[in-house]
Amino acid sequence: MTATALKLSNHNDTWQPLCTRADLVAFSGVAAWLSTPEGPAQVALFYLPGHAQELYALDHFDPFSKAYVIARGIVGDIKGSPAVASPIYKQHFRLEDGQCLEDDSQQLRVWRVGFKGDEVWIEG
Amino acid sequence: MVNHTMSTPTTSSNTQKLIIVGNGMVGHHFAEQLVESGALAEFEVTMFGEERHRAYDRVHLSEYFSGRDAESLALCDADYYHTHGIQLRSGEAVTAIDREQQLVVTEQGHYAYDQLVLATGSFPFVPPIPGNDSEGCLVYRTLDDLDAIQAAAKNATNGVVVGGGLLGLEAANALRGLNLDTAVVEFAPRLMPMQVDSEGGELLKEKIEALGVQVLTERATQRIEPGDNSRLRMVFQDDKVLETDLIVFSAGIRPQDTLARECGLSIGERGGVVIDDQCRTSDPNILAIGEVALWNQSIFGLVAPGYQMAKTAVATLTGGDICFSGADMSTKLKLLGVDVGSIGDAHGNQNPGARMFRYLDPLTQVYRKLVVTSDGKKLLGAMLVGDNSVYDTLLQYYANGIELPKEPASLILPQQSGAAPALGPDALPETAMICSCHNVTKGSICSAIDAGAADLGSVKGATKASTGCGGCAALLKSVVDHELEARGVEVDKSICEHFAHTRQGLYDIVRVEGIKTFSELMQKHGNQETHRLGCDICKPAVASILASCFNEPITDAAHVPLQDTNDTFMANMQKNGTYSVVPRIAGGEITPDKLVVLGQVAQKYQLYTKITGGQRIDLFGARLEDLPAIWGELIEAGFETGHAYGKSLRTVKSCVGSTWCRYGVQDSVGMAIQLENRYKGLRAPHKIKFGVSGCTRECAEAQSKDIGIIATENGWNLYVCGNGGMRPRHAELFATDLDDEQLYRTIDRFLMFYVRTADRLQRTSVWRENLEGGLDYLKEVILEDSLGINDELERQMQHVVDSYQCEWANAISDPEKLKRFRNFVNDARPDPSIIMTSERGQLRPA
Repeated sequence: MTATALKLSNHNDTWQPLCTRADLVAFSGVAAWLSTPEGPAQVALFYLPGHAQELYALDHFDPFSKAYVIARGIVGDIKGSPAVASPIYKQHFRLEDGQCLEDDSQQLRVWRVGFKGDEVWIEG
Repeated sequence: MVNHTMSTPTTSSNTQKLIIVGNGMVGHHFAEQLVESGALAEFEVTMFGEERHRAYDRVHLSEYFSGRDAESLALCDADYYHTHGIQLRSGEAVTAIDREQQLVVTEQGHYAYDQLVLATGSFPFVPPIPGNDSEGCLVYRTLDDLDAIQAAAKNATNGVVVGGGLLGLEAANALRGLNLDTAVVEFAPRLMPMQVDSEGGELLKEKIEALGVQVLTERATQRIEPGDNSRLRMVFQDDKVLETDLIVFSAGIRPQDTLARECGLSIGERGGVVIDDQCRTSDPNILAIGEVALWNQSIFGLVAPGYQMAKTAVATLTGGDICFSGADMSTKLKLLGVDVGSIGDAHGNQNPGARMFRYLDPLTQVYRKLVVTSDGKKLLGAMLVGDNSVYDTLLQYYANGIELPKEPASLILPQQSGAAPALGPDALPETAMICSCHNVTKGSICSAIDAGAADLGSVKGATKASTGCGGCAALLKSVVDHELEARGVEVDKSICEHFAHTRQGLYDIVRVEGIKTFSELMQKHGNQETHRLGCDICKPAVASILASCFNEPITDAAHVPLQDTNDTFMANMQKNGTYSVVPRIAGGEITPDKLVVLGQVAQKYQLYTKITGGQRIDLFGARLEDLPAIWGELIEAGFETGHAYGKSLRTVKSCVGSTWCRYGVQDSVGMAIQLENRYKGLRAPHKIKFGVSGCTRECAEAQSKDIGIIATENGWNLYVCGNGGMRPRHAELFATDLDDEQLYRTIDRFLMFYVRTADRLQRTSVWRENLEGGLDYLKEVILEDSLGINDELERQMQHVVDSYQCEWANAISDPEKLKRFRNFVNDARPDPSIIMTSERGQLRPA
């Protein structure tokens, strides 16, 4: 279900279009450039077609390697939650809230994100 | 006079000076036991070894000729002794013991002792035959002896071993390994007179002759003189003669008791230092262990009793209360590939009234004999020739006094005739000895499991079981499995939470059901309780399996989410998120034109360049979005992908071979290119490296590769399962003198069998070490087709070879696939966080 995106589309100024569905890779991630009033950010977008939540947006920055690579990790589900494995040192981050499963002190920033038609919109 | 410079400065007044004379297997075991006892701090230990090598595995000495070197035979790491504060003095022979002053004397100095341990072992007996000191007369005992044999074999075509016992047959195997026409000369009427009877001996002789080794029994050599056609001539009692280039004496061993004799210790009538149950000699400050020690009129020429003595001696010195109470001399061997087993009173001549059962199969050449008590209830001994499969079971009946089945003969009759099933692990009492090298009983295995050892590896670690000769490996595994099961521990071999299968299981499912995508596999066989997304364990493993079976491009939409980032982007991610690019340079051969192109591409895209260990050129620092352009230029110049990012064939390293080298005997570069082009693109459980050397000088270091090929005058020798890296392993000789076609076929089968059966991320070396049945089994499968799968393996490999395509060429011709290489899907800018700095004229991450 992607109902989230439809509801928030009109009234919230902070929502902006980011890319299109065709830019995404099913069951994997891509990186996008996000400009906001607070400054730019690199966002990792993960697309799980057919799942309860189809789209996730996390910080592309990997705190362990200090490189922008999170979108290039393998997506899966670990102990009941969709997660991505960092491609460098393999720590897992929960897609839902960015929590690192191996290290409680590390949590990636997450953005609310959804589809509006074939456009991907993000709050930021 | 004490040479004080030899003592360590940390000595305190309450440590005792302990000297060990002898750094062989038993001496080393003593040191190990002392370390483990925790009592090391009470001693200042010095150890003398006459040989220049530190302690090595003499049991597997003949493997020195099939590729293992002194280092891989060594029993411990080079710094073991140093780490534990034991001073090892290799190559320093002790020449005398002064018991009054308590000094040990060598050519270098005098060393004081409070306690002395003699572990001097034994020396080979050379019969007093005139001419036995001629050039070309050698013995078989030490690594230096083997070097001498190897040197002598260089100018020889044939060789004779004097002595048809255990060591003699080992030596014969070694001579065969050196490609000599080999004969064994035995004084007794049969081979291995200690272990087998005349029927067994006859069978053994037949089997060994079938291997091309000539066997002469009842031959007493009268003299050795210069030969006419060969270097030497042996003249026998009936004036018959045998000409040979070299003679290896292996007619038994004698205790090396000279030091003990000369300092007046009590010595047995036929040699050996007399010891008591605590391993003390007639001098209470001197202990003796191993083959030099005589206990209860017996010398024990096996390693297991030696280890038990070592353990006893440590207890004696540290206040423990272990007694040496003799040892079971039962043994199973594989000599020249022939099984020989001997248990207890195998001849039946030590137990009056003993009854015997015999089974002889002249077709399969198997001989089995049981010696039982007169009432038929207990096993007293057994003898096996040609097949040791029932050895473990029989040994348990013997060692534990288990009552025999009603018809004891069923134990040695062929399976089809309704033989009694093997004695299950549950039938063994707690006291049953599982590993006699390390004295591990079933009871101690159970305790280890109860203390938390939950798999075979942990049990081995905790008990050391099966880390000596390894003969008990199968038995140990069955005991551990059984005990774990009995405790309700289900041995979970699932690859991850998404599939309740091993990698091998998934591989079979994919092949048998023809499943071509991850989602189909998940649908049919995945764990329903998960989100069925897979994870970073199962996804790359399944991707590799699919690629091995069907070889579809890994960048196809169905496969791309499965890949590790390196496979996804077909380059190797470095620590700052950039990639390195390695084009294939087959065999390490590259034209100057192509070399120029690599330089130009590196300049244009500002790449750091480095030569790899696999004779290729690695271009570092490529940005994700530049990869397609870089590859466009490389492909234009005739390069193709090098798969440096994949669990697949990496490189085939080669030396220049006969084309340029004056020593080369085959075209190693040509062969390397052939092989690299044949197997490029093959995806496997882990990366695979090859090496091809053009002669035995081995400049390509082929023996450290998964597949090593060394040229011979007649073709190629194939080595398998070597490894460099963290845990180096010498490859083992697998087949000799293959022609090109045979070589391809053998490697086809070998690699596909590895792909089919290995665990995920398991290199060939670890796979081989975990393979039940070991190298022999592997040879049976690959060379003798014992599983009947070779046609299929070859077909599968041919499919991979035929369906090869360069993944990069495939990707850059498909705009949809290239979309993946945008750094930001919505913005053309490069990643601003990547910052480079300059070092030694090149760029590197800041």
